[in-house]
Amino acid sequence: MAPVSTERDLRLDLFRGLALWLIFLDHIPSNAVSWITIRNYGFSDATEIFVFISGYTAAFVYGRAMQEHGFIVASARLLKRAWQIYVAHVFLFAIYLAEIAYVAHSFDNPLYSEEMGVLDFLKSPDVTIIQALLLKFKPVNMDVLPLYIVLLVGFAPVLWLLIRAPSLALIASAVLYALMWGFAWNLPAYPSGNWVFNPFAWQLLFVFGAWCALGGARNLSRFLHSRVLVTLATAYLAFAFCIAMTWYVPRLGTLVPKFVGEMLYPIDKTNLDVLRILHFLSLAVITVYFVPADWPFLRLRVFRPLIICGQHSLEIFCLGVFLSFAGHFVFTEVSNRVVVHVLVSVAGIAIMVGTAALLSWYKRVERQGPRPPITKPGYAGDNT
Amino acid sequence: MMGRLPLLLALTVLAGPAVAEHPAECRVAEHLVENSFPLPQVARAIAAKKLTVLVVGAGSSMLPGPGGAKNAYPARLQAALSQKLPGVAVAVSTDVKLRRTAAQMAAALPADLAAAKPALLVWQTGTVDAMQGVDQDQFAQALDNGINVARAAGADVVLIDAQYSPRTESMIALANYTENMRWVAVQQEVPLFDRFNIMKLWSDLGTFDFYSATKKLDMAERVHDCIGRLLSDLVVEAAKPDAATPPGLQ
Repeated sequence: MAPVSTERDLRLDLFRGLALWLIFLDHIPSNAVSWITIRNYGFSDATEIFVFISGYTAAFVYGRAMQEHGFIVASARLLKRAWQIYVAHVFLFAIYLAEIAYVAHSFDNPLYSEEMGVLDFLKSPDVTIIQALLLKFKPVNMDVLPLYIVLLVGFAPVLWLLIRAPSLALIASAVLYALMWGFAWNLPAYPSGNWVFNPFAWQLLFVFGAWCALGGARNLSRFLHSRVLVTLATAYLAFAFCIAMTWYVPRLGTLVPKFVGEMLYPIDKTNLDVLRILHFLSLAVITVYFVPADWPFLRLRVFRPLIICGQHSLEIFCLGVFLSFAGHFVFTEVSNRVVVHVLVSVAGIAIMVGTAALLSWYKRVERQGPRPPITKPGYAGDNT
Repeated sequence: MMGRLPLLLALTVLAGPAVAEHPAECRVAEHLVENSFPLPQVARAIAAKKLTVLVVGAGSSMLPGPGGAKNAYPARLQAALSQKLPGVAVAVSTDVKLRRTAAQMAAALPADLAAAKPALLVWQTGTVDAMQGVDQDQFAQALDNGINVARAAGADVVLIDAQYSPRTESMIALANYTENMRWVAVQQEVPLFDRFNIMKLWSDLGTFDFYSATKKLDMAERVHDCIGRLLSDLVVEAAKPDAATPPGLQ
């Protein structure tokens, strides 16, 4: 059995916190500040980071539970976690319904008679709400949590295999990914189409993260620091950056040879295109090369906000989705100027960090346990 | 009497170009209209002095109300083209119905093209597909089919993407569909009239307030008028004989 490392790698929390901030900024539509997020400069975005690190920490936490307490207990804990995430998703859906109902009630414009059809589902709430509870009807930008739920529900047997034969589990995951591309497997959505994040595709990143946590990273470490790999990764990132620039300056698009364009597009986020995986891996290689696990700068105060957000990722993610709804509401009702974009983005991040700090404080207080009983004076052990 | 003649002449000379130009609010978006691919059939039709255009679209190609048909952008396109092409008989016909996906419109195209025999097909799609969550591959395939059918019937194609609607932005996942359409347009060498980015620019600059709730039609009419004018710019520029090379390679 591969030994499970016991120290919590601060880099994980740091980058997961960063992913949560980027996801929040990206989820507010037409946010000027979202220009600083990585999705504008390459093929992959914060979702890949989030899924990979979630797989890593899931294996880290539940792997230890499986080794110490057995398969049944670990499965029960995984299902309990999946249930918590499901409840969070339903809560966010309720907030989304409130926002939509408000828009339907207060907004009317003959220019948008077609677009207002998206509110039709409010006319048959019985069907729509059941479909939402079954995770088939998912509002825009609320697709990550259902993916996470499905991945956790199916994770116990995968974890069992990862602990005993990690390479076999990774190969099986890659085979499933290949079969998904071959047979176009996906889960159905309502009213039509499929899930925006195909679990059969994204499981590859999740399992890869878990594999890294259970010793795979150590096996790769010699390979990861080789110059050849770092050079290849940098070259690929530069290539992706150049292609990304053609999206904003269409004239540059004519410089891209046609065969390159045909190979690249469309870059499928739903089915986790190989280009996106390679882009994420390149980013990971560069990061691991420049940020070693014991880098003293990680403990600097300036990184604390990111780290504590990463430590409470589920709660902060849900808060981020809620804040993105609120931010969009502010743009609509108050003002749409760039100044407001910046203010809302900064305020949102501040609220996320504040909440994470509060959650850390709660955890610390809880861990101290109940108050010790008041001992009567005169008895032995008079040391209160 | 004679003293006023030069004044009148001067006024006509000054007013002439102003009449031919677009209103200021349309002009701010002129640089976003990219005529990257040529329209040979349109050029031929203009030379023959008879240009028929067929506009196929969904709800965002029409306006409600009794004056809807003559205020929506297809009719404005006809007016703008007639103005820019004196001596050419311009006729714009429409097949515009609510709630149609790209696949449904592509299925109706053969009949439409046979009836209208246009030199140019203006195809507006994407919004309904995004609202219904249509599969990306099927959407791209429908676009390809439609473009091939139109070309086989001897018509050039111009694609129009979805509208920018800030209020419903968080409810309709347009990004993938607009991106997909852009890629199909590049692959098929078809000009794309980027209505989404034009309207986004108007919203950012404050030219039009797309957040406001109103039952009146005046802003909608002005938007459709501008769209018709900018679209006519694209068509006329792309139909010019020297429009064969894309701008980046000149």
